Parts: sequence; C-alpha cells; structure tokens
Amino acid sequence: MRHGRAFWLFVGPFAIGLLVFVYVPIAWSLLLSFFDARNTVTPTEFVGLRNYVDMLTDAPFLRSLGTFSVFAAFIVPLTFVLALALALLVNQISFMKAFFRSVFFLPTACSYVVASLVWKLSIFNGVRFGLANTVLGWFGAEPIAWTVSTSPPWYWLVLVTLRLWLQLGFYMILFIAGLQRIPQHLYEAAWIDGASRGWQTLRYITLPQLRTTSVAVLLLLLIAAYQAFDEFYNVLGTDRGYPPFARPPLIYLYYTALGSGGQDFGHGSAGAVILTLLIAGVTLLQGRVITR
Amino acid sequence: MISRRRLLSLAGASALLAACGSNTGRGGNGQALKQWYHAYGEPGVQQAVERYAKSYTKTQVDVQWNPGDYDSKLATSLLSDGGPDVFESTPQISSVRAGQLVPLDDVFGDAKSDFSESILATHTVDGKIYGVPQAVDMQMLFYRKSFFDQAGVRPPSTVDELIDASRRLTKGGVKGLFAGNDGGGGVLGGPALWSAGLDYVRDHQVGFDDPVAAQAIGKLRELYTSDSLLLGAVKDWAEPDAFTQGLVAMQWTGLWTVPAIQKALGDDFGVLPFPKLTGNGKPSVPVGAFGAMVNAKSKRINEAKEFVRWLWIERTDHQEDFNLSYGFHIPPRKSIAGKASKLTSGAAADAVKFVQDNAKASNPPDWTSVMRTAFNDAVSRVVRDGAPADAEIKGAAQKARDELKRLYG
Repeated sequence: MRHGRAFWLFVGPFAIGLLVFVYVPIAWSLLLSFFDARNTVTPTEFVGLRNYVDMLTDAPFLRSLGTFSVFAAFIVPLTFVLALALALLVNQISFMKAFFRSVFFLPTACSYVVASLVWKLSIFNGVRFGLANTVLGWFGAEPIAWTVSTSPPWYWLVLVTLRLWLQLGFYMILFIAGLQRIPQHLYEAAWIDGASRGWQTLRYITLPQLRTTSVAVLLLLLIAAYQAFDEFYNVLGTDRGYPPFARPPLIYLYYTALGSGGQDFGHGSAGAVILTLLIAGVTLLQGRVITR
Repeated sequence: MISRRRLLSLAGASALLAACGSNTGRGGNGQALKQWYHAYGEPGVQQAVERYAKSYTKTQVDVQWNPGDYDSKLATSLLSDGGPDVFESTPQISSVRAGQLVPLDDVFGDAKSDFSESILATHTVDGKIYGVPQAVDMQMLFYRKSFFDQAGVRPPSTVDELIDASRRLTKGGVKGLFAGNDGGGGVLGGPALWSAGLDYVRDHQVGFDDPVAAQAIGKLRELYTSDSLLLGAVKDWAEPDAFTQGLVAMQWTGLWTVPAIQKALGDDFGVLPFPKLTGNGKPSVPVGAFGAMVNAKSKRINEAKEFVRWLWIERTDHQEDFNLSYGFHIPPRKSIAGKASKLTSGAAADAVKFVQDNAKASNPPDWTSVMRTAFNDAVSRVVRDGAPADAEIKGAAQKARDELKRLYG
C-alpha cells in the first residue's frame, strides 16, 4: 500500500519521536550492556557477557527481583479484584453514575510524585500529629513510624494503599468499558433460562465476556508492578540513597547507572535487559495460562 | 556538601526555566559560560550567585539553579557536549579517571597555602586538585540545654552516654534524638566508624574491615531499638524543624541550620561532635566542601578557569558573603575564616573548633557509589532489621575491596 503525503504528515513526527526517543535508546542500551561503560556512553572496552554474569550473581539485584515478584503476586490480583468490584458497583447504580465514575477516576490524573509526598508527609508521617497517627491516638495507641519501621514492615501499607488509590480508577474505567460492551440480550436470555441475578450471571455471563479486558488489565498490572519506581522513590528514598528493602529493580538500576560518582551504564543496561526479558517471560506465561 | 534538599518534582521546572534563560549577547564570542549550582535551601543564595556572575565583566556567565537530583543530572550532563562549563561538586575518582574534570592546580597560585589542607585533600585525586573549595559544611549534634538540665543529664562524651541520654530524655511526647528518618543509618554510619578509630577508606585499603566496626554499627542498632529516636518527621535531618519545634532533645544536623536554630531557641542549645566509642576512637564531625570545577568537555576551558579563579580566589568578598550571609558555612580560606566575626562565638565557634580538631571527610574522592551503597545497605540492615553486624560489615568490606582493586590495581 502506498501512503500519501497526509499519512506521513500525521504519522511522521510521531514515528520520528518514537525512533529517536525510544528505539535508538533501547538499541544503545543493548549495545552498552556488552561493554565496560563507566562514566561514558561511547565505550570502547568490549566485555561480552560479563555484565550479565555480574548482574545475575549480584545479590541486591536478585533480591529486588525476588521482592518484586512477590509484590506482583500480591498487588496484581488485589488491584484486579478491587477494580472489577468498583466497576460492577459503579455500573450498577442508577443515580449519579457520572459523578461516581469521575470521583474514582480522578486520582489517576494525580501526579505520582505529588501523591507520594501527600502520603509520606501528611497522612503517614511518623510524628504524633500525622493523620494516621492522630487517628491511632484517639484509640490510645502509640504513634507509628510508618515509612521507617521494618518490623512489622508498615511501609508496605503506605505503598500499597498509595498504589491502589492511584491506579484503581484507571483499571475501573477499563472494566466499565468492557462491561458496557456486553450485549444486554445475553443477560435477558440467561434470566429466561432461570439464572439468578447476581452470582450466576456474573459467573457465567459477565466474567467470560470480560475476558479480553481482563487479559489486558492483568498484562498492564503486571508490567506496572515490575516497573514500579515513582512512588517507591519518593516515599522511601532519602538524600542518603534508597534503603535495601522494598527496592524495585528499576530503582536499583537507576542508582547503578546514574548514581553519583559511579555511573556504570554497562551493568545498568545489562540489568535493564534482564528485567525486560523477565517481564516479557512472565507476561507470555500469563497469557498462555489465561487463554488456555 | 551533599546536595541535601531534593525535590524530584521540581527537576522538570528547572529545565523549563533554563530554557527561558536570556542571552543578551554580551561577551566576546557570543555565547555565555554556563555555570551550575545545586539548589541551596537558604533564601538568598540563588540571588547572590547570580549577582556574582553578573559582576564578572570579561565574559557573560549564565547561572543555572538545579533543584532536584543534582548529582545524577550533573553526572549525565558531563557525558554530553551540552553540560555546564563551570559547576559545583565534590570530585569523584571515577569522573577523574574518565577525564571529565580539568585539573585546577595552576588556578590557585599563591593562595593555595591559604586554603585549609584537609579540605584541599578532599578535592585532590592522584596528586592533582580538581575543585576550588567554595564553602565548608559540617554536621554535628545539637542539644537543648534546658531539656538536659531538667532531666539531670550531662552532654554525652561517649556513644554509650549518648544512647543513655537519648533514653532518659524521651518522655511526654518528646523523643531523645532525631538523626534522620531512616533511623540514623544514613548519616551516622561514618561517625560510628570514626568513633571506633576506623574510616571508610585508608591508603587505598578498606578502612572498616575490623571486628570493632561491627561493634560500632551495633551501637546504632542499640540506639534504634532504644525507642528514643524520632522517626518519620515531616522534614528530614538536614532541616532544623524537629529540633526547633521541641519534638526532640537532640538532633543530628548541619552547621547551616545554626541561624534558624538561634532565631527559634535563642541560646538554649549547645553543639557536640559525635562522641567516641572506646579509648581508641575519637569524637568526629563529618566535613565536606563543594568546590567549583571545570568541565573537560567545555570548549572554553581557559575562560572557565579564569572565571573560577576570579570568583573564588580573587574575590574574597564573594567567598565571605557566600559562606556567612545566608546559612552558616565555614569559609575554606583561613584568612577569611579567621576574621569572620559570626564564627567567633557560640555554636558556630564550637563548630569551627570541631572542624580543626575532629574533621573527617564525609565524601572522600575514592569512596565510590558502589562502596557507599554496599556500606549503607549493610548499616541499614543491621540498624533497622537487626541483621548480624559482623557478617553484614564483612560483606560490605568485600565489595569495597573489589572496587578498590579495580581502581588502584
């Protein structure tokens, strides 16, 4: 097919942007991963697979991959179920539908950085007049250092509630779109066949019809879990660096590649490639399992 | 000085502002020299450095103020051709080895002997000086005299006394000590080593590969579990707020907060170095200085060097203003520090004395980010998770040894 001038006029700038800002950096990073690239992006010393071997035997990197596999196993189903539940509720009600839809979707428009600072500095700060600690104080409990304490690891409560608040609305909208595409006559046919409103129609009509949406949502959730950065960096990071727990792979790689005084693009890029392969692998596996 | 007030959210804004920078076309070859600073928290500093740059007549100099993650931003820009000509930082051996910095030995001239030796040492790599120190920053322990009197506690002179004091001063909504929202692992790791007579790196060797290091770091764990630390404060250790609001009896913070603390508490506070652990150890204060450096990729190295010489060596009045008119810093030049009246009394005078007697480099050039991360991770796991200190320290020492071997062979 031949494309006219209009096609390139509209697609061209976007394609060029994609090429320059996405594909070239990806290829460059792949190249860097085979070099000793300390404090330079035009390295000369080829080291083969050594960076990969180093990263695969690097305990903190492996630990961060492990932590975030557990994190994904927890946050993905939780967000999925809650987003679906919200979508069903909002889709059911007959009054102020647009209002509720907007209210739940609104946090999606909020900056991760801003939300992180609100969570860290006003809701979950550790002093006695923080919001969460004030509430605890009503029941006579001692203030808790939410983002500091590691036993119990209260910081997960902060991070998970923050992530849910930011993300639920977006996935809810995806589910609502999916729900609205289910033809009404399917439900009517089911009722005639004696299916009860509620659990039976949900189980046999709604969920199967939502399959495409569900696969897409799961995929996006999984990628988002492994790519966690913003809220972790802003809630747990300090000017002294990032603590060794709850450290997302991307944050570890960020410090490896761009940390002050030790820029190491070779190892950073190798880690990024490993992470990409891991995400791709898990995603494919998940697709396999669900669509079977 | 570590760039200490970081707001990632503002990084984008600074790029926008920089894009709007005006170029009036003044100056010989059309383009202005680019000079970068990180964002100082004290009001007035930005206007001051812009004023200095404006009063330089030989070349036009555009100052860029960089809020956010300055270290990463600077390091990235040094890789490209678009970086600054002149910037402030502390030299790292990796940047020197990568040929990113211009040696500035010839810029000093006769003034070299006027700079404090220990500060110049932190800007020296492989025998060459890469930065002209602008302002010396140091950290120390601040304590409320009235709180100590009420509780009948004496200012601590050993680590055990510090832990004991912190415990006894914790009551009625007041905590004993605030040393950062991470429980002290970040800022007190170095002082803990020094308290036991150890160091990060010594003569190209790991300075903390010693059983005593585990004991010293174990003390931080003891402090953390004493239930007397303030954790999760709204502003972190670099700001005096927790101390001035009376949330704590002691806080670990920097000399730069002295004007704010004086304003809030009058003379109801005193300062101390981090105490010693044992007989072998010494009290210590971490000291560091940002220096003006020249980018080796700059197309106008000579003009950049001349500007640095003019700004921080010829114009002693600028150094004095920069160090003393906003937050408190110690001028790196002895002649200026000696006649600074603001540093001759009270807490500031004590600080100057600590720097003379107990200074330790907070960020030595060969303490690389790999070593720092390994050490900080180990300390954090010991302090916050109760991991066994000897094994953690050994692991960090091994990582540091590998890195030193890579650097020095």
